Amino acid sequence: METFLGIDYPTLWYLVVGLLFSGYAILEGFDYGAGSWHLFFKKDLSRRIAINAIGPLWDANQVWLIIGGGALFAGFPVMYATMLSAMYIPFMLFLMLLVLRSAAIKFRSAEEMTWWRKTWDIIYFTSNTLISFLLGVVLANVLQGFEIGENFSYQGGIFFSFLSPYAIMVGFTTLSIFMTQGAIFLLLKTEGRLHARLTFLLKKAMIFFILSFVITSFYTLIYLPGVTDKFKENPVFFILPVLAFLAVANVPRLVSKKKYAHALVFSSLTMAFLLMLVAFQLYPVLLPSTISSEYSVTIYNAASSQKSLGIMLTIVVIGAPLLAGYFLFLYKTFHGKVTLDDTSY
Amino acid sequence: METEILARIQFAFTVAFHYIYPPLSIGIGLIMVIMEGLYLKTGNKHYEVLTRFWLKIFAITFGIGVATGIIMEFEFGTNWSVYSRYVGDIFGSALAAEGLFAFGLESAFLGVLIFGWNRVSPKVHFISAVGVFLGSMFSAVWIVVANSWQQTPAGYHIVGEGFNARAEVTDFWAMVFNPSSVDRIIHVWQGAFLAGTFLVLSVHAYYLLKGRYIEISKKAFKIALTVATIFSLLQLVSGHSSAEGVAENQPAKLAAMEGHYETNAAADLYLFGWVDDASQEVTGLKVPGGLSFLLHQDFEAPVTGLNAFPKEDRPTQVNAVFQFYHIMISIGMFLIGLTLYACFLWWRGKLFDKKWLLRIFVFSVLLPQIANQAGWFAAEMGRQPWIVYGHLRTSEGFSQEVSSNQILFSLILFLVVYTLLFLLFIYSLNKKIKHGPYDEAEHALDII
Repeated sequence: METFLGIDYPTLWYLVVGLLFSGYAILEGFDYGAGSWHLFFKKDLSRRIAINAIGPLWDANQVWLIIGGGALFAGFPVMYATMLSAMYIPFMLFLMLLVLRSAAIKFRSAEEMTWWRKTWDIIYFTSNTLISFLLGVVLANVLQGFEIGENFSYQGGIFFSFLSPYAIMVGFTTLSIFMTQGAIFLLLKTEGRLHARLTFLLKKAMIFFILSFVITSFYTLIYLPGVTDKFKENPVFFILPVLAFLAVANVPRLVSKKKYAHALVFSSLTMAFLLMLVAFQLYPVLLPSTISSEYSVTIYNAASSQKSLGIMLTIVVIGAPLLAGYFLFLYKTFHGKVTLDDTSY
Repeated sequence: METEILARIQFAFTVAFHYIYPPLSIGIGLIMVIMEGLYLKTGNKHYEVLTRFWLKIFAITFGIGVATGIIMEFEFGTNWSVYSRYVGDIFGSALAAEGLFAFGLESAFLGVLIFGWNRVSPKVHFISAVGVFLGSMFSAVWIVVANSWQQTPAGYHIVGEGFNARAEVTDFWAMVFNPSSVDRIIHVWQGAFLAGTFLVLSVHAYYLLKGRYIEISKKAFKIALTVATIFSLLQLVSGHSSAEGVAENQPAKLAAMEGHYETNAAADLYLFGWVDDASQEVTGLKVPGGLSFLLHQDFEAPVTGLNAFPKEDRPTQVNAVFQFYHIMISIGMFLIGLTLYACFLWWRGKLFDKKWLLRIFVFSVLLPQIANQAGWFAAEMGRQPWIVYGHLRTSEGFSQEVSSNQILFSLILFLVVYTLLFLLFIYSLNKKIKHGPYDEAEHALDII
């Protein structure tokens, strides 16, 4: 098997996919999170400011999902095909909600009528909240494993089997960390009374996050022993949840010092550490089979050919700096507080 | 069977709906880049007003294009899992490249383009417009490459057997430049340019008929007419080249497009007609031997007919392929006639004198759209029964683990949400057009 710096290609691609989904979680995390606060703002002007805070950025942030999905398809087609067809209903709901959310952003402020804006506000809030929740649900399902038989055939339930208690818990945890991320992002972008209100809401979000994080962790340790096997073998990786916790503990301190950008970095780090935890726990498995571990989808039996992976790694090496450049330019152009003008939503 | 047909209906519906928007944004994008370029060059305010106006319409089409496009990306996996495993090695790199090079470029610059008027210099704004436009062109490239590989596979070998069989890349560039890629990319690009420019023509013809925004509408109309004429004509060239490619690489598809059954008979070229697949007869108006002549410059030359293929290896819906193909061609011919006639009047200095012509332009916005859709339906139905030509059948490609009830559920969801989306699109497009590029009550033309 071909390697680069001593690491085999499927592992390298696993890192690429992991990085892309972390980027997606961090960037769309504050977009979705901001949307989940939408109905907590009472005034129409506040709602408009909140939408325009993500206005020029969300389309670009969403690219991380598109590239992440493409990277999964490209590098691990078996994983992509098995997961999506097995999780048919949650993914279809997720996709529909993404469409509704885009529509809400585009059309909400297009009309003055109260009923119009209120309807879109509800759609916007609901879609953002459910999207965050569903992402957690999918993650939990991957961690728990699927009923995969021979030839990667899914043999599990069809309609609602994806909603296990554990999945619901991880769903809430994801929602809470996105809401934390969203509140910090909005603090960075707002002023005045809305800003003051967000300081208050952020505290609630952090309590929500810490509670769901602790409950989910304990539930995982007690009821899903398989999920923590790796850590018993390699206790040194316990440092990841500890780091995640330290990073989130740093947020209130930075917020009280009004260092919102730093706070956003630390809440992003929390997410990154937690995702590294998941990635480490799974590796080299992508989708555990609950029927027999020999049926599990791994980075080796799911991967594209060495040649294809080599081509794609080359594409990434060329494309990543370009992408970074675009994002730097975009975020530089729109740094600072939100100002509304005639091009705003 | 039921699952397969539902999966096909869902995919056809979602992709056809999606395909309304990206061509529009590519075409409007081109006109927008020209307008903003003219503004930078001449400093004429009219071009700025036009750029800002078309940017608003561009923003809506682009947004819906992205939203419906994400669904397509994941639908391969949800509904076509066997197919996804089979082609992942090939498609993957094309899709990854599309994401990184095309979507990254267009989406990052989109924010600056739409919201950055007061934040960046006019030059940087123009560069953003070019970035978004090029990004949208690139994204067409990669997705058409992937689709073309399905039609005319190249640069690969098949590994494994039965369920575990899949195509693997052996030569990346041969895969990218497979026999139909270049023809089809150019054909799709030009179709997209026409879709966008005809919207511009339609809107400004409407203003001219209403006597509103006359000065700027004349400018916009002339820009769009120039682009439309060039690409209507070039589309004929690229269409001919595509058809030759189909004759060579997918003879069954070409035979279905013209309803041609017997190889040894000279192949006719129909202007319109109706294919009865049972009796293998076509009724309609034809140029005898016309297809033979177009392909081989000889009215008598044999062209491979449908009967040369076993029944299970050739398109089942011959008449549908025939009709879609002919709709596309008739529209193409009409657009050439229309734009050339308008150019002739322009040359005589009478372009805006004929109201009936402007009225035709108002309604012509639908024609490139119909042609784009019909062309794709002909291409995709003509590919049947193969999902990967010659290798994997459509009936083998769908997700076996997904039940027909699940697809029915998602299909209904799509129908509801897309209907809503379409109504919103039409509504806001209409509103933006009614409102116009600037407020007439507040601004006399000389001060804008």
